Amino acid sequence: MKVKTGVLGIGLILLLAAGAVGQWLLPPLEVGAKDAPNDAGKSLLVLWKLSPSDTKGDKAVEGYQILRARSAEGPFEPVGTAAKGDTLFTDHVPQNGTDYYYKVRALGPEGVFAESETSGPAQSKAQWFNTERVNALLAVVILVSSILYFVYKAQSGRELYIRKIAGLEEVDNAVGRATEMGKKIVFCPGRLDMDNVQTIAAVLILGRVAKLAAEYDTKLEVPNVYSMVMVSCREVVKEAFLKAGKPDAYREDDIHYITQDQFGYAAAVDGIMMRDKPAAVFYQGAFFAESLLFAETGNSIGAIQIAGTAQPAQLPFFVVACDYTLIGEELFAASAYLSKEPRLLGSLKGQDVGKVFTMAAISLGVLLATLQTLGLFPREWVAAFANLFLVR
Amino acid sequence: MMRREIPLFITSVVGFIFVIRFFIPHEPFYSLEDVSSSWIQVIQAFAIWLGILNLLKVSLDKIYKKERGWGYSGVIIFSFLAISIAGFFFPLWEERPAGYSYLQHAREFLKPGTSFDWFYWYVYSPLSSTMFATLAFFIASASFRAFRARSFQATLLLLSGFVVMFGSVPVGNVLFGWLPAGWQVSDIADWVRNVPQVAGQRAIQIGIALGIISTSLRLILGLERAHLGREE
Amino acid sequence: MSQPNPSAPTLGPGFWEKFALLDRRIIFAFIFLGLALPLFYTIRQPIPVSPEGRAYYQSIENLPAGSKVLLSFDYDPPSSPELQPMAEATFKQLFTKNCKLVVIGLWPQGPQQAEQALATALRDPRFKDKKLEYGVNYANLGYMAGNEIVIQKMNADIISTFPSDYKGNATASLPIMRGVRNYKNFDFIINFSSGFVGTREWVQFCVDRSGAKMIAGNTAVQAPENYPYFRSGQLKGLLAGMKGAAEYETVAGQPGKGISFMGSQSVAHLVVILFVILGNIAYFVSRRKW
Repeated sequence: MKVKTGVLGIGLILLLAAGAVGQWLLPPLEVGAKDAPNDAGKSLLVLWKLSPSDTKGDKAVEGYQILRARSAEGPFEPVGTAAKGDTLFTDHVPQNGTDYYYKVRALGPEGVFAESETSGPAQSKAQWFNTERVNALLAVVILVSSILYFVYKAQSGRELYIRKIAGLEEVDNAVGRATEMGKKIVFCPGRLDMDNVQTIAAVLILGRVAKLAAEYDTKLEVPNVYSMVMVSCREVVKEAFLKAGKPDAYREDDIHYITQDQFGYAAAVDGIMMRDKPAAVFYQGAFFAESLLFAETGNSIGAIQIAGTAQPAQLPFFVVACDYTLIGEELFAASAYLSKEPRLLGSLKGQDVGKVFTMAAISLGVLLATLQTLGLFPREWVAAFANLFLVR
Repeated sequence: MMRREIPLFITSVVGFIFVIRFFIPHEPFYSLEDVSSSWIQVIQAFAIWLGILNLLKVSLDKIYKKERGWGYSGVIIFSFLAISIAGFFFPLWEERPAGYSYLQHAREFLKPGTSFDWFYWYVYSPLSSTMFATLAFFIASASFRAFRARSFQATLLLLSGFVVMFGSVPVGNVLFGWLPAGWQVSDIADWVRNVPQVAGQRAIQIGIALGIISTSLRLILGLERAHLGREE
Repeated sequence: MSQPNPSAPTLGPGFWEKFALLDRRIIFAFIFLGLALPLFYTIRQPIPVSPEGRAYYQSIENLPAGSKVLLSFDYDPPSSPELQPMAEATFKQLFTKNCKLVVIGLWPQGPQQAEQALATALRDPRFKDKKLEYGVNYANLGYMAGNEIVIQKMNADIISTFPSDYKGNATASLPIMRGVRNYKNFDFIINFSSGFVGTREWVQFCVDRSGAKMIAGNTAVQAPENYPYFRSGQLKGLLAGMKGAAEYETVAGQPGKGISFMGSQSVAHLVVILFVILGNIAYFVSRRKW
């Protein structure tokens, strides 16, 4: 027993000494380099096998340093470091199509290191297709072609069924009520900029509201968060008034900017509602924590409120406090629904094909996962199935 | 009319570039996306000026015409000037150190000790927090009004609402501590959140994703053009 | 159905009919009292920990000591009562594990919130002798405009996306950034968010595309939207609102603001529940024909 402890002790001292001096620090092995796949080029993958000194619990290796040169003879320059236990480094090189050579140093304590052999030459290049995204391409092709197919079908005069969306049916009534009461309409196009699809959907609905407001001679106010949205709203409203033959009734300043600040905007819109007591309020587009601040204020003044958003977290608030709420995709379907234009309706039908595929994939996944828990299907296969849908 | 055709053309081209770039990492698509992203940032930055000028114009107009509520417009103008002047011309509360340059300050206006920073923490931050905090009151009044057992579904909603509310605060487990282990109200709340709630969320989110794809496609193909202000 | 109720002469139909249409300001007053009074008392109550809260703590605990962690602060002062306690406790756990922390913000005010949370964490006496140094143990790269585009750009190159840090130093010159190119060089990513841009975008553009491991702290309003990502494993842990912060402080054994505010939260929930129950009684009573 005593002897054993003694031997262990000596071994430990030797190991520590070796670590300190670096005598026994061994270099990483089999250093190689190759082009990084699926990218725009200018990057190489440097790979190596761990230095035999790099073992768990051992402090001999603190990390690795990667060196690069234009020729096998050098000069080699450090380009980066990797952690202990790593066997891969992505190096961003200055040029495509040039040979680069690598060495990897195992770094020990106090500046000692052990350098590997030089790797063979490697060149980087850009790829013409990202093979990791074949699945996404397939999904896009299926969805786009089914949408295009139904757009074509609709154009050639086929009647397409679309279910009733209560919130959109009610747009006319809301505007009508405001007219009867002689009060204004407020329309909030959401809190994201024009680059968000929800905002575009909101502006499309505004077109319809503005058209009715123009026909009925009802005042319409649009407070905005982004000036680009403001400009778009102005274009749409102006066009609606022109079409209704009432260009003089159009007032540019009714569509105005407030602020990009979330609660500054919330305070301003609540203020407008409390002072002017509009009879109808529309919240269409992306909303966040201000959703209930708006909807409750609107409710307290007795306005008829129609909301529509694709922000799932805000849906409960709108549903609770508004008269009608367009849920998620209904917001995007609104322009097709309101315009009744066959080509737009066709695109909705195409969307349904996407839904069928999604549901089929989910059902199959659930089935496989259930079979796996019953021990009737290998776990790896289920994982492989799930990976079919992973887009990097 | 060119006013409609040009925006439609730009929408299509940029849309296609982003789609192609997703699949083809090679030049010229690779950097085109970066270029478009920079464009977006530059345009957004300039658009802020458009917004500020509009805000000032509308507010000044209201004051000039003494429209109803013009006092509020006065508050807007006053706050705008106060923060701008403090930010631009009185960068530091203390005396400015030797060799201090305004140009440098322009980059450092958010640093601690600047007057802008003071406004941020002692005016802006409490005001925003107050607005956000009113949510607590509105949630209460909305729940009071809406959570009524009017129908079977409404009753179901009401009950799951109770479970989640009790389950989200420690007092729930204290009040219902007599429930068997594993069936504590917080456990049931976790289940409601993680199973039926998640199922519904997923369905809504998948629908939204498909809606976004279809709307984007309509925009890229120029089928949807009413947002440009020129319906056909 | 049409029989009068003799046992409730004082709380007759008139009372309940009026109650059903209660002025909301009365509810507001009760909520105010429910929230404010508990702040003056210490209410001790066991805090139940949800699976996603426990997973949040555990996934940090499972990190090897010295791991490199990227934290994105995507919120502003209004949400800080909910998110700041999480951020402070997270910094403390990470420093205890000797992790190296790189902070960024996709909301303009994010980096300031991070600075505050860092300052609070660094004041903790436990870290006094650790000599935590800026640039070595932690760094704040500041705010970058561009929302999800920034997340995408960072997947290619973080240093060119954030050329200089919050203090104006060149990012490449910070020792902590040595060997850092993209998400692959981080062991873990943590996101605190209260809306757009936030957790959803991080999952879609960073986790899904780079395979990074991530946990998130959300406001209570926003969290339901991200539960699906926890269930699917795209998020390794999720804290929801003040309750989430309290759960985390409970598991981590470091009581803080989250736990101390739970009293208010409890009482306010009770007030709401009480009003909903009374509202339902009023609804049923006033629906009867007297």
